Amino acid sequence: MCLAIPARIVELEQDVAVVDAMGNRYKTKTTLLPEARIGDLVLVHAGFAISLVDEEEAKQTWQLIAEIDQFDDTQNKLSG
Amino acid sequence: MTQIMRTSKHDRILLAHGGGGQLMDDLIRQHILPGLKNDALNELGDSAKLDLTSGSVCFTTDSYVVKPLFFNGGDIGKLAVCGTVNDLAVAGSKPVALTLSFIIEDGFEIELLDKILASIGETADRIGVNIVTGDTKTVEAGAADRIFINTAGIGIRLPGVELGFEKIVIGDKIIINGTIGDHGMTIISQREEIKFQSQLKSDCAPLADLTCELLANTSGIKFMRDPTRGGLAATLNEIARSTTLSVEIRENDIPIRPAVLAAADMLGFDVLTIANEGKFIVVVSPESADDCLSISRNHPLGKEAKIIGEIVETRDAPLVEIETRIGGKRIVQMPYGRELPRIC
Amino acid sequence: MLDRINKAQSDINAACEAIGRQINIMEVCGTHTVSIFRNGIRSILPKNLKLLSGPGCPVCVTDQGYIDVVLQLADRDDCIISTYGDMIRVPGKEGSLETKQAKANVKVVLSSEDALQLARDNPGRTVVFVAVGFETTTPATAVVVKEAAAEAVNNFCILSGHKLVVPAMRTLLSEKNDNINAFLCPGHVSAIIGYGAFAEIVEEFSRPCVVAGFEPVQIIEGLCEICRQLSAGKAELKSMYSAVVTEKGNIAAQKIIDECFEPVDGYWRGVGKIPQSTLKLKDKYGQFDAFERFGISEKPSEEIKGCRCGEVLCGLIEPPECGLFGRSCTPQEPIGPCMVSSEGACAAWFKYGRDK
Repeated sequence: MCLAIPARIVELEQDVAVVDAMGNRYKTKTTLLPEARIGDLVLVHAGFAISLVDEEEAKQTWQLIAEIDQFDDTQNKLSG
Repeated sequence: MTQIMRTSKHDRILLAHGGGGQLMDDLIRQHILPGLKNDALNELGDSAKLDLTSGSVCFTTDSYVVKPLFFNGGDIGKLAVCGTVNDLAVAGSKPVALTLSFIIEDGFEIELLDKILASIGETADRIGVNIVTGDTKTVEAGAADRIFINTAGIGIRLPGVELGFEKIVIGDKIIINGTIGDHGMTIISQREEIKFQSQLKSDCAPLADLTCELLANTSGIKFMRDPTRGGLAATLNEIARSTTLSVEIRENDIPIRPAVLAAADMLGFDVLTIANEGKFIVVVSPESADDCLSISRNHPLGKEAKIIGEIVETRDAPLVEIETRIGGKRIVQMPYGRELPRIC
Repeated sequence: MLDRINKAQSDINAACEAIGRQINIMEVCGTHTVSIFRNGIRSILPKNLKLLSGPGCPVCVTDQGYIDVVLQLADRDDCIISTYGDMIRVPGKEGSLETKQAKANVKVVLSSEDALQLARDNPGRTVVFVAVGFETTTPATAVVVKEAAAEAVNNFCILSGHKLVVPAMRTLLSEKNDNINAFLCPGHVSAIIGYGAFAEIVEEFSRPCVVAGFEPVQIIEGLCEICRQLSAGKAELKSMYSAVVTEKGNIAAQKIIDECFEPVDGYWRGVGKIPQSTLKLKDKYGQFDAFERFGISEKPSEEIKGCRCGEVLCGLIEPPECGLFGRSCTPQEPIGPCMVSSEGACAAWFKYGRDK
């Protein structure tokens, strides 16, 4: 009941954000997380950021975030 | 009162384009033939005449209904050629000829048809396979989802090659030529209700060159299959069912791009069930496994090839089991047939 | 990461050996059920440690009566049903949303915002959002209800099936369910309600409550903490998911839930009536309540003969003990929601493992 993954906020305008996870970018609302800022790692569930994610902690336990450099690699051209 | 339609530039398909008359003739001569670039077709006979060097052929058919029509890494045309060629390739044959049938909706943009045709022509040309005959039908708007493609393909069986479920025995290794989930996740990322921007790219590619090389240079290959719809999970379960043996694979050994995994995680999909269009698995004797691996890795379409598991003895019932990243074990079931995104 | 898992595994083995008797840990989150299965966690646990799957799958505990209301509305030409993918295959009395999809007025959405947008784009029809989920998902519904009110998107409404986790845990233990020794608490529900919300369970029932995330290392460390407590005879509240969870939780999210919803008694499939466990839109937002708008109510569902989903949900039996499991009830032809939902205990059991 709680499928949510960490993603980084790369765009933010009021409470409308774009988050990035391994180059996949999703529209997300930050209405529930007014303290969120660009660059923050957040937990995204059903299109909403529901919590900030402590990056150091996350690196220790999330397989995908363990390679944090790859996680943030969006240099390649985006499609879609 | 009939009117003689001149070759005025239509920008959309009309029902008349499928009517067998002047408009259809125009469509074939001005769009289809130039796109496909095949001399044999220019004869426009009702059937193709093929001189086959061998009496033993593989024969396959497939239909393509993918949406969206154009995606990162390919389009419905490229998919049609590669998909059919790959079915022939994994059956142990060298693809030589394809048929090509279109069912096109009234109103479909001709410019898009040209793009698809060019893609088909290019792909077939690159592989060295000929589109030898075809058909075009048009239907009312709404009766088809823009365009459907059907193909049939013929391949010449490679001499001395006998592949089949019955050849598979306990101890045989399972090799895959590269990363899984790329095609399916790319398509999903462009589905209307899920659309998201990504770097994902379909792995759509023709495999005959690599499969023929493997079959010519190793002797222990028992079976091959391309894990398209239903993904690796479906293919491995088919093997278990048909052989009544069991399969063990290791999660750590399955190549997968982190971006594909991240996308699947976000939507709740299991990557093992996601379609691939440029991948195939080989079931090979343990003695020949290393050879298979090195041949694959020297080929552009097999650089990330890996041994992912083996055929094992069945305990109670034929199963596919995976050893997870953390050393646990669980069963991989045959997928339902339709994966839906979850929030739970 | 593998080091941490190996260490936790060895600590679990030691603790369970010291405990000796069988211990049952219940997880009350379907996402935990799936992750535990997908990672094969059961297969690396000691024999006397049993993991029970509780009523944490919102699809499973949604009453058939609710689904029948959804299907009723799906039959109307003036309605568009917007739903998360999880609900598509859940069977009502006659068919499911999947069988209705051919009608093309059933749309799968990833977010409640997409549902609201559907309403904006289709002013001539009423968009009904199938709002199920626990506290992780409820705030997302509340946000769009408020947006709909502010923008006067009057053709939007929700069918609230939102439920609360703590009342369910309380009911399970109140029925003298002695077989539950501890709870592995849901990490993302906790991100919203705060891990402090489980303090009352620890205090009243003396059961360890440990909050864990969903990655395998997070789950195993959560289980390890529980085993450690049990072997020391303790019952404490602890969060092993500090990356995301705080004691107080997400206050903004809690506020918005409170603004839009109020708890009422609810009927949970298989568990029965749980007081103050289901959320209903407050009168202030009554116009967005689909039950009110269409004048319909959930009819209590009929018992399906032989279906033991209820006992599975309460951790009283394991899926294979149900006579229908794997026979007349399979993922291809599910009878009870525990098999339909991808995170239902029965579906997970069927898909991922039939031993342990």
